[in-house]
Amino acid sequence: MSIILELFNRDRVFEFLTPVESPVDVRHGPILYLEDVNVSFDGFKAINNLNLTIDDGELRCIIGPNGAGKTTMMDIITGKTTPDTGSVWFGSRHNLLTMNEPDIASLGIGRKFQKPTVFEALTVFENLELAMAADKRVIPTLRAIMKPDFRERIDEVLQTINLAAVRNSLAGILSHGQKQWLEIGMLLMQKPRLLLVDEPVAGMTEQEMERTAELLTRLAGKQSVVVVEHDMGFVRSIARKVTVLHQGSVLAEGTMDQVSNDPEVIKVYLGEEA
Amino acid sequence: MWLTRPLRERSTQTFLGVLFAALIVVTFLHLAMPEDSVFYVSSFTVTLMGKYLCYALLAVAVDLVWGYLGILSLGHGAFFALGGYAMGMYLMRQIGDRGVYGDPVLPDFMVFLNWQELPWFWHGFDMAWFAFIMVLLAPGLLALVFGFLAFRSRVTGVYLSIITQALTFALMLAFFRNEMGFGGNNGLTDFRDILGFNLRTDATRLGLFIASGIALAIGYIVCRGIVASKLGRVSIGCRDAEARTRFLGYRVDRVQLFVFVVSAMLAGVAGALYVPQVGIINPSEFSPLFSIEIVVWVALGGRATLYGAVIGAVLVNYAKTVFTGVMPDAWLFALGGLFVLVTVFLPKGIAGLVFRGRKPKGKGPDGDAGAGKEATA
Repeated sequence: MSIILELFNRDRVFEFLTPVESPVDVRHGPILYLEDVNVSFDGFKAINNLNLTIDDGELRCIIGPNGAGKTTMMDIITGKTTPDTGSVWFGSRHNLLTMNEPDIASLGIGRKFQKPTVFEALTVFENLELAMAADKRVIPTLRAIMKPDFRERIDEVLQTINLAAVRNSLAGILSHGQKQWLEIGMLLMQKPRLLLVDEPVAGMTEQEMERTAELLTRLAGKQSVVVVEHDMGFVRSIARKVTVLHQGSVLAEGTMDQVSNDPEVIKVYLGEEA
Repeated sequence: MWLTRPLRERSTQTFLGVLFAALIVVTFLHLAMPEDSVFYVSSFTVTLMGKYLCYALLAVAVDLVWGYLGILSLGHGAFFALGGYAMGMYLMRQIGDRGVYGDPVLPDFMVFLNWQELPWFWHGFDMAWFAFIMVLLAPGLLALVFGFLAFRSRVTGVYLSIITQALTFALMLAFFRNEMGFGGNNGLTDFRDILGFNLRTDATRLGLFIASGIALAIGYIVCRGIVASKLGRVSIGCRDAEARTRFLGYRVDRVQLFVFVVSAMLAGVAGALYVPQVGIINPSEFSPLFSIEIVVWVALGGRATLYGAVIGAVLVNYAKTVFTGVMPDAWLFALGGLFVLVTVFLPKGIAGLVFRGRKPKGKGPDGDAGAGKEATA
């Protein structure tokens, strides 16, 4: 009887009744943790025993020759590809392998694609509005109204990515570099904990590249940023820690100087360039 | 509130103004002019225009999913016909014992087939409120189940179009069968009353015409409300960059499902108002050709504008009425020729021609790219 009464006791909140709170747990250091991940496509091992940890607030560059598994790695983290074996954790609480793409996105992992993908038929402002961290279910989205603090937040990001002057232009008419920034801005609107940025300076002019480097270094610290890039000069200009991927696993890790003096790395990658 | 937002827009105000002005003028000319005057609008014409308004609502529904969500449905006739059948069943039950065989409960075709009792799914249709709910529910449920399966599996583009064709074709074959209990290839006809009003009087016909106009206005506001909301911009996102929308944290399949179901319900309402005006519903409304024709109306009028769909539906159907009267054989050639001409010379449709100066929102910088992608995907 007392057990039944206990059930009706409104002071008590049972554990299974409390909503699952999910702040990302980074007390143990790393925000992203990949262990022994393997993926093969039709027998081809795209990812081969990959181990990688990213610390909270870190800016990490990942380099590697074509086919090293850089994009596949991003696919795994964002839930697009499921690995054959291994584990992927976001903080020490969230197992990313059990989650789908929208859930992972709302957890705070933002991804910038290799090719800039923005909504070309919408204005710059509207692009950022859609990206804003908000209730993204259907009915709340239908009833959503633009509040002044939302507007402020969008203005703030517009300043950060240097697009305030073109806020009401269609995203389709932006230059290639501007589209890349807009996409980074869209990631920022999501208030992400971790930004995955795939080749941010492909097709950019020197000047645009400099501004992108400045933008990314400014973001690191507040967010963790993982940059996949081919352009060595660009990597050198922003990188504190570099990971070299080769044939689906980590070949070397360290500062740019350490990595570029590593004989293994010189053999498979830098050697070809030098 | 998302539904009242469109009422503050200039374009919606203009559209509603023109629509209501047309309703009032037609009503006035029908009631006040002497029958031998050149301005007199006959009861036949009133019903004909009521029919166009139903088609216009159907076109708006298709434009909502095709123009703003990028889902080219070639099976919207199915939802239109289901709404029509729900209304038809109500009208059949209203005949009562005035049918040829005089059975108080069973419709004529069931007596003819020697059925002893009413099939279970015909129960409740003697009550107007139940039938009117079914007008929304039957197409809505079909769209929900179909959409759930299709969108969850991420079926899009031309594959989805083909499946929607198959859907409406399968329904047509099913409704042709007498055993289905929907009157087989004769369909449902010989209607007498709606809500106690005799369907054969001029006043009832005028009432149905006005009701169609109001339904079109409401349907337009609902669609415009969705399109002008944040959800509308998310829909455009799903249309143009599905993966990006997903990575922003939106459940693309749910957005598609919601908009698709709303569109199917609007199509159902259009069908329900269409049936009492033409006096018959039969399986030919499920024919794949009809569904394709709807898409042609929208393309001609101007995709992703909503009012373009209305213009397209009314103009094409008016042309059809005229042509099939003068040269019945030439109609399909005329429609085909018109479609080719508009696609080549007016990629944004008639709406693009009329409103060339203004930039319709939600339309890409290269208006035809979306349509072209759809066709070649």
